[in-house]
Amino acid sequence: MAKAKETVSRTLLVALVLSIVFSVVVSTAAVVLRPLQVQNQNLDIKTNILSAAGMLNEGASAEEIERTFAEFDVRLVDLDTGDYVEPSAVGVEDPMKYDMYKASSDPEMSTNILSSADKAGIKRRPNVAKIYTLSENGDIKRVVLPVHGYGLWSTLYGFMSLEGDLNTIEGLGFYSHAETPGLGGEVDNPRWKSQWVGKELYDADKTEPKIRLLKGGVGADTPNKQHKVDALSGATLTSRGVEQLVNYWMGDQGYATFLKKLREGEV
Amino acid sequence: MAEVNAKQVLFEPIFSNNPIGLQILGICSALAVTTSMSVTIVMCLSVIAVTACSNLAVSLARTQIPASIRIIVQMTIIASLVIVVDQVLKAYAYEISKQLSVFVGLIITNCIVMGRAEGFAMQNGPWLSFLDGVGNGVGYSVMLLFVAFFRELLGAGSLFGVTLLTPVNEGGWYITNGLLLLPPSAFFIIGLAIWGLRTWMPEQVEEPDFKMSRHTHKEAF
Repeated sequence: MAKAKETVSRTLLVALVLSIVFSVVVSTAAVVLRPLQVQNQNLDIKTNILSAAGMLNEGASAEEIERTFAEFDVRLVDLDTGDYVEPSAVGVEDPMKYDMYKASSDPEMSTNILSSADKAGIKRRPNVAKIYTLSENGDIKRVVLPVHGYGLWSTLYGFMSLEGDLNTIEGLGFYSHAETPGLGGEVDNPRWKSQWVGKELYDADKTEPKIRLLKGGVGADTPNKQHKVDALSGATLTSRGVEQLVNYWMGDQGYATFLKKLREGEV
Repeated sequence: MAEVNAKQVLFEPIFSNNPIGLQILGICSALAVTTSMSVTIVMCLSVIAVTACSNLAVSLARTQIPASIRIIVQMTIIASLVIVVDQVLKAYAYEISKQLSVFVGLIITNCIVMGRAEGFAMQNGPWLSFLDGVGNGVGYSVMLLFVAFFRELLGAGSLFGVTLLTPVNEGGWYITNGLLLLPPSAFFIIGLAIWGLRTWMPEQVEEPDFKMSRHTHKEAF
C-alpha cells in the first residue's frame, strides 16, 4: 500500500480526483448561494441610501427597506452637461444596474482629473453618475447623490442627501471606508453625522460649495456656521478628505451643473 | 504517538495545549478580527467549521494521499472549504461578512488549520481528527473571545454592540482607549493571557534556550 501510492500515475490520479471533487463543491456553493448574495448586496446599497436620507428606521426589515426605497426614482446624470441620460447610453437596461465606480476605471466612460483639480484624490471621474430622487406631485423633495474620495488610509464611499431646495443637507453617510477605528472611523458616529443635518452647501450665488470642517468645534457665534461642521478629533486627514470630497462632488466637476439645472427646472 | 482518547483530543487544545497560547499559531487573525465580539464569534465559528471539516476530509483521504503532494492536497481541501464558508457568510450574514472582509479568505493561511491537518489528521482516524479540529477551533475561539472582550469593552465601551460604558463621543463619561481598537493592542492582551495561562499551568513554560553565565568579570571601577 505504502509503496503503491507513491507512483507517478497514482499521484496524478489523486490530484485529478481531488480537483474534480472540490471544484464541484466550490462551484455548487457559489451557484446555489448566488441569488441570495446578490439580493444582500442590493439591499445593502438601498439601506445606505435610505440611511443617508434619514429614512431608515432602526431595525427595519428587508421588505420595509424595499418598500421605502421604491419611492425613489433612480436616474442617470451626465455630470458635464447636467442632463439626465437614458440607461441605454451607458449600455444597461435598468439604471439600477449601472455601476459608476466600475465606469470610472473604463477610459470610455470616465474622465481623467487633472491632479491640481483632484481634490477628492480619486484620479478618474465617471462621466455619468447614478442618483436617486424622491418627488412628490412633480416636485423634487429629496436628492441622494453618491460621493467618494480619499481620506487617510482609504477611499470613503458614501451618499449625501439634499432637501428639495438642493442646498440644505439632509444627511451624509459613508458605507465603505477603512479609516482608523475610533479616530477617522468616527465618520460613522451618529452624533457626528447628525451635525450635517441642516447645513447649507452653497451661499447666495450657488456655484461654489462652501463646506468646511472646523477644528475645535462650531459654536453659536462661529461666522458662516451654516457651512461648517466640527472636524473629527484626532483625525485631521480624514476630516480634510471628507471636506474636500464633499466640495469636489458638489462643485462644478461634480453635481453643481446638474443641481443648477434642476433648481431652475431645466431638467 | 501515545494512546489518544476522544475527550483528551477535544478538550486539551482549549487550555493545556491552546493553539494560540502554547503553539503560538494563528496570531495574525487574532489581531485583525477582535475589535468587536459579534465579528469575532462569526470568525470563530468559521474557523471551527473549517478546521473540523478539513481535518475530517484530510483524515478520510490520508491513506490515499501520496506523500509527495500531501501539502498541496491539504491546501486544496482547506481552500475549498474556506471558499464555501465565505460564500455562506455572504449569503446569510452579509453585514458581518463585510466587516470580516478578507479575513475569512485568510483562514486558508491560518497556521492552525494547516498545522492540524498535517500534524494530526494525517496520522489519525476521521472521528478523532474531526474532534481535534473542533477542539483546536474552540481553543482558538476562547483566546479570540478573551481578546475581543477587552478590546471591545475598553476600546469602544460596548459588548456585542450594546453600549455599557457610554463613551464621551456619545455624550457619556467613558473616555475610550483608542489603542485597544488598533491591532497592536491584541499583542498586549495575548501576552498577558499567555502569562496568566503559564502561571496557572507552569508545565507550559518552555526551558530557556540558553542560560546566562554568572557575572564574574569586574568592569572598570
